[in-house]
Amino acid sequence: MPVLSLNESLLFTSMLFSVGLAGMLVRRNLVFMLMSLDVMLNASAVLFVAAGARWHDASGQVMFLMILALAAVETSVGLAIILCLHAQGRPTLDADTGNLLRG
Amino acid sequence: MMSLLLPLAVLCPLAASIIVFLSAGRLSARAVGGVACGGVGLAALSAIMLATGLLAGPPGGVVHAQLWEWVRVSGFSADIVFTLDRISMVMILVVTVVGLLIHVYAARYMADDPGIARFFGCMTLFVAAMLVLVLASDLLCLFIGWEGVGLCSYLLIGFWHDDPANTAAARKAFFMTRIGDTALLCGLLLLATQAGSLRIEPILAATMAGLVPSFTLIAAASFVLVGALAKSAQIPFQTWLPDAMAGPTPTSALIHAATMVTAGIYLIARLHVLFAAAPVVMAVMAVTGALTLLVAACTALVQSDLKRILAWSTISQLGYMFLALGCGAWQAALFHLMTHACFKALLFLAAGAIIMRLGHEQDIFRMGGLRRTMPGLGVAFVAGASALAGLPVVTAGFYSKEMILAGVWGSRFMTPLSAHVLWATGLLGAFLTALYIFRCVFIVFAGEGKGAVSGGTPRLMAVPLACLTFLALFGGIIEMPDVIAPVHLFTALLSPSGHPSPMHEPGWTVLAGAIVPLAGLAVAWVLWGRTPAVMREMPQQAAIIRLARPGHGMDVLYDHIFVQPLRLLVWLTRRDVPDRLVAQAGWLTRSASIALAKTRKDILDTVARRTAIMTAEGSLLLGWMQNGRVRWYAGWVAGGLCVALAVVMLS
Repeated sequence: MPVLSLNESLLFTSMLFSVGLAGMLVRRNLVFMLMSLDVMLNASAVLFVAAGARWHDASGQVMFLMILALAAVETSVGLAIILCLHAQGRPTLDADTGNLLRG
Repeated sequence: MMSLLLPLAVLCPLAASIIVFLSAGRLSARAVGGVACGGVGLAALSAIMLATGLLAGPPGGVVHAQLWEWVRVSGFSADIVFTLDRISMVMILVVTVVGLLIHVYAARYMADDPGIARFFGCMTLFVAAMLVLVLASDLLCLFIGWEGVGLCSYLLIGFWHDDPANTAAARKAFFMTRIGDTALLCGLLLLATQAGSLRIEPILAATMAGLVPSFTLIAAASFVLVGALAKSAQIPFQTWLPDAMAGPTPTSALIHAATMVTAGIYLIARLHVLFAAAPVVMAVMAVTGALTLLVAACTALVQSDLKRILAWSTISQLGYMFLALGCGAWQAALFHLMTHACFKALLFLAAGAIIMRLGHEQDIFRMGGLRRTMPGLGVAFVAGASALAGLPVVTAGFYSKEMILAGVWGSRFMTPLSAHVLWATGLLGAFLTALYIFRCVFIVFAGEGKGAVSGGTPRLMAVPLACLTFLALFGGIIEMPDVIAPVHLFTALLSPSGHPSPMHEPGWTVLAGAIVPLAGLAVAWVLWGRTPAVMREMPQQAAIIRLARPGHGMDVLYDHIFVQPLRLLVWLTRRDVPDRLVAQAGWLTRSASIALAKTRKDILDTVARRTAIMTAEGSLLLGWMQNGRVRWYAGWVAGGLCVALAVVMLS
């Protein structure tokens, strides 16, 4: 018997996802945007686990592991991009300043 | 073994040609001549072996050699395949043996020419192409040889290409024969559509079985006839052969007398079954032959160039053969082809030797009295002339001409065309032949000497002349009229199974055929033999003869009919008349389209303008969306997702 029912977990994950999305849209700092992205990914991962618990299927947990790996890769690539930009002498982490196709 | 020997006969001259061409400038003249003679000699040897093998075999037996398959699609096939039967056996013997003698002669004749490698390359290539033509049992394969001999003829007529007149003569020969080649190809394609193959035997079998519609048959036969007429320089096409004398004399002997021009005769003899089914075409052929015979003989009578006399006499003799073919006496035509190859080659080679020793003098009126200075050549030339005139009993030409005349006498036409009239024409032609050739003999050899004579005849040139003299005198005794002796070896050779066709010719026709050449000889003696000065110089004074003489009448006619309209066209093109017409048409079109456009302008304009405005606005909107800001993109993604979800939920 799970602690949370499916409805409760759906509510929780959609709230989590909305928080992530809002963070993504309103923050300008690249690092915070990455964190918001991870929040959104984790929301979907939690939903997979909840669904797997509801239908007694291990695929949900397998999908969670995959999303974990995906999030790790995404974070590392994102951080690498930020480091690259920093190495080129860009003084800021503001995402809106990088809107021109010039490196 | 026989079928192995057959491709070898073709391959030897071809290999010699390739060797000679590739080694141009690296081999000495003697070596080049040796290689060429060797190639043709091997071909002659294999031809003789093939002939003996074929004659030892069963009557009607043939030798097949299929080399490779050329084309195979559904409904049509063509192979490279050689077949040796009795007709082609006669032809390969003529081509290789006479060709060999001429090559031996030419090895000495051309020894001092810097282009000797090119010359012998072309000559041996010609022999190879001619053998392909003769041996092919597929008409498409035959066409390769047909074009090959045309090419070699072109190359050799223009051999001394420094003189523009020679290249013009070469081009003329090429164009004239090209007309015929095109017609021949049309005929072949027509046959191919009917028979699905161009193998000769199936086509002839289909013709005999009456499977080919008669209209198609007549059309195909006419096309093939036109091709043969052009190759053999018969009446509408006769103008190229006299000009072809611009080439070296051995070329004239080999190509324009002995072999290539007989290709048309051979083709029709080969397809005689096809022509027998089209009697109208046969009648046209006979009349054309008779007409050519007379016209060419008359033209030869007033020429003053030694080689041109022989050229016109070749045309005249080919007319004889076409007359025989048109009357259905194809054996007689082939027999005359064989003897003609011998004596005409002899005449040309002797003439070449005479011309060489006189320092390239070709005008017979500047010769004279040569019987004392070059007796050997005189004997050879007189032997050839006698054979050409057909002096009775002792020459080959007599027997072949008798056979033709007998065939013409005995022929039957469905059209109201009397065989006896044609026979009389042939007889008149024989008289004229004797007249013009002995005119030439008397002017050249009798009388007192003019002009200097240098050197002697080299042995390498004398030996072929002796061989050909022998053949020209005694080559004819294998076939005789019944009145003299019932010898029919040649007919028996060609159609071994069939009984020799009985020719019911009265004895007096043979007598007439024997007397007429003698009469011609006598008249020639009266006119040119004794009388000095006046008669001799006549051809240069009489206006009518001067008009008729160069045979340029036909050239002028052709010039007016064919060349001038083309010139007019060229003039029109140069003055940009078509261009102006086009410009006018373009102006008209433009004004019309302007008027038309005015009526439609408003609608189209509006549509176009609206389209442009909408496109511009759309691009502005898109450009504003693509602002490069990541957060905006994320917002678009989220918004799009929401819209998609909403659509899914609401629908």
